[in-house]
Amino acid sequence: MKSHRRRRLTIIIFLFIGSLTTVLISIFALQNYINHFYLPDQIVSGEVPLERKIRAGGMVKPGSVVHDAKGLGVQFDITDLNDATFRVHFEGILPSLFREGQGTIVVGILNEDRVFSAQSVLAKHDENYVPPELKGMLEHDDS
Amino acid sequence: MIPELGHFSAFLGLMSAVGIAFFGFFGANQNRTSWVDMSIRLTKVQVAVLALSFLLLILAFLDDDFSVLYVANNSNTALPWYYKVSGVWGAHEGSFLLWTLVTAVWTVLVATRARHIPLKLHGYVLGTLGVLSFMFLAFLLFSSNPFERLVPNVPIQGADLNPVLQDIGQIIHPPMLYIGYVGFGVTFAFGIAALATGKLDSAWARWVRPWVNIAWLFLTIGIVLGSWWAYYELGWGGWWFWDPVENASFMPWLAGTALIHSLAATEKRGAFKNWTILLTLLTFTLVLMGAFLVRSGVLSSVHAFAVDPQRGLILLTIFVLVAGGSLVLYAFRAHMLNTQVQYWGVSRELLLLINNALLVVAVFTILLGTLYPLGHEWFVGGEERLSVGEPYFNAMFVPIMLLLSFALAIAPISRWKHTPMRLVINALIFLGGSAVVAVLLPWILADGLHLGVSCAVALAIWIMVTHAIACYKQRNALTLGFIGMSVAHVGFAIVVIGVAVTSVYTESRTARLEIGQSIEVGGTQFELVSVQPTESQNFIGEQARFDFGDRRSLFPERRFYPIREHITYEAAIAPGIFQDQYITFAGPMENDTWGVEIENKPFQRWIWFGAVVAGLAALIAMLDKRYRRLSQRDLETKYSS
Repeated sequence: MKSHRRRRLTIIIFLFIGSLTTVLISIFALQNYINHFYLPDQIVSGEVPLERKIRAGGMVKPGSVVHDAKGLGVQFDITDLNDATFRVHFEGILPSLFREGQGTIVVGILNEDRVFSAQSVLAKHDENYVPPELKGMLEHDDS
Repeated sequence: MIPELGHFSAFLGLMSAVGIAFFGFFGANQNRTSWVDMSIRLTKVQVAVLALSFLLLILAFLDDDFSVLYVANNSNTALPWYYKVSGVWGAHEGSFLLWTLVTAVWTVLVATRARHIPLKLHGYVLGTLGVLSFMFLAFLLFSSNPFERLVPNVPIQGADLNPVLQDIGQIIHPPMLYIGYVGFGVTFAFGIAALATGKLDSAWARWVRPWVNIAWLFLTIGIVLGSWWAYYELGWGGWWFWDPVENASFMPWLAGTALIHSLAATEKRGAFKNWTILLTLLTFTLVLMGAFLVRSGVLSSVHAFAVDPQRGLILLTIFVLVAGGSLVLYAFRAHMLNTQVQYWGVSRELLLLINNALLVVAVFTILLGTLYPLGHEWFVGGEERLSVGEPYFNAMFVPIMLLLSFALAIAPISRWKHTPMRLVINALIFLGGSAVVAVLLPWILADGLHLGVSCAVALAIWIMVTHAIACYKQRNALTLGFIGMSVAHVGFAIVVIGVAVTSVYTESRTARLEIGQSIEVGGTQFELVSVQPTESQNFIGEQARFDFGDRRSLFPERRFYPIREHITYEAAIAPGIFQDQYITFAGPMENDTWGVEIENKPFQRWIWFGAVVAGLAALIAMLDKRYRRLSQRDLETKYSS
């Protein structure tokens, strides 16, 4: 084989092994760090794994936000505007855009009592903006 | 009348883009100086009409002309004038007008400041920029017209600019970012032109390098400003969230960084020519992909613009045309640029190759994490939605950066072709010294030892030491290029230290306080002294006073913007070289208590400081005298005198 051909072959083999390892490592990491997203009816119907980190979202039910008497604990209900509603507990300062009747996404764990223990609560910085995850739900509601 | 004039100006810009592309390409193809000159003249026309269009939109904002839909949606009579001006680029349509104006400015700069390059190359570069400009303007005019009228029902009051965007950070962050993005359009055009002419020599690399450096400088500053703005404006003290929109700006930055390094080898050794061209194409492709992701609404992000499928489709088409077209051209022409360059052992070429491999792998992993949820939705579909969080990106990105730091520390002592083993071993000895310092320092200063932080700090100190020594050894023959490289690498090391220390040693507490109560964070007592009402033209709110340390005070606020019924937390920050104290004030709660979050963030500033240092280093390197252009006229006077 000519020297530059051999050189090219080595480069290609290295590239192949390199990209294969990268892809494998990335996919392995992805499997471990993916958060699944669920809507209220899925949480209520019980198809959601318990005690695992997940994301869930919906509308904050008006009148449901209750602050604890002491500390920064807060409870509120998330609903899909139909029947499905679940309770969220969160310890900390709610984001400035969090409001009753508005869309929100919570990240945390659903515990055995079907109360969602949120590690973080997300609200969007533009009220015209609806998270793509919630869009289907709203359109469904309109029809 | 004014909006129509603005619209018409933008349309003239579109026409000039057609001319720039036509005369540029065919002038180059037919070797006609007069045609390329025509293209150059048209770039001046284009920049003038687009600047006029942009000014007229600003005027519509200052006039509170709510008959213009975009103004009505993003402004208000109560807004201070400077936010009316920055409101122009506060949402999709206006910000894209700015994007097209920035494209025109880059084009005219290339047209007038690069007259020393060969006619053919110049023509193809301008032609490519003309095509890009045409696509952007067509997109603007046919799907995102900022001058659209709201008739006959003209509102008396506007909907106000999003309060989060009413901030100095928002005034300068987008322009910087766009200058950087589109700047990589210039290097893209140089790449296309090299493929079209089939010629790529070290002169080509010398012509491109200053442009890459400026684009990279602005993109760096843009990203830093975005991070800084998110830090103090969005609250919570986070400075990077691995949010899809952040990733959209970070991927071209990484690819651009790889390009800068690959260009060094292409200029000095004629190596990696194909690869360099591929990077010019890849970087700008990533820019366009970012624009698509951010502006089409396919992503769930705190920064994304509102959803519009039609826009998404057009942007996707532009992306596919540019990426596909340039890659096809590359496939057919790249073999013409091939060269054989010999190097062995730990040569500078090898280190640059490692740098490029690692940066491209970093781009790839971020791309995968960003697109995976979308891909899953499109190909698997169904009810199930996924998201990829920070842990994935940290797990992938941090090891890559540590490997990169390792290669980077050897860079200044490395030689082209081959580096004597003696030099490499010397450098490794300094790694030992740095490691001892990095282990001892936290042992003495902090309570505990954190393996990750020690590794990162050891590598960072090592980088600083090897660069300082290399500069000292070369003190009699130091070029601005070498200084630039060293400063940039030291900047990187500063960022590494900042990121490692802040991520691990940040202390944060939330509490509900009465007036007069205090809490302790990071060894400092913070006392809530008072809460006063505050108000301004367009908001009302409460301002708290916290006293801490040696008679110091901070005044965080909670604001309510009645027009949009929008609340913002204005965090108060006591910045310092070694720590930031950060207070978020969440306002009143029951029983006369107030919600607060207080954070102590060591070495936070180092992240931005290091990045700015690296950015400015690009400027230093650019001033190296080998890039100083000698125009024909300069040469004549030089040789006649």
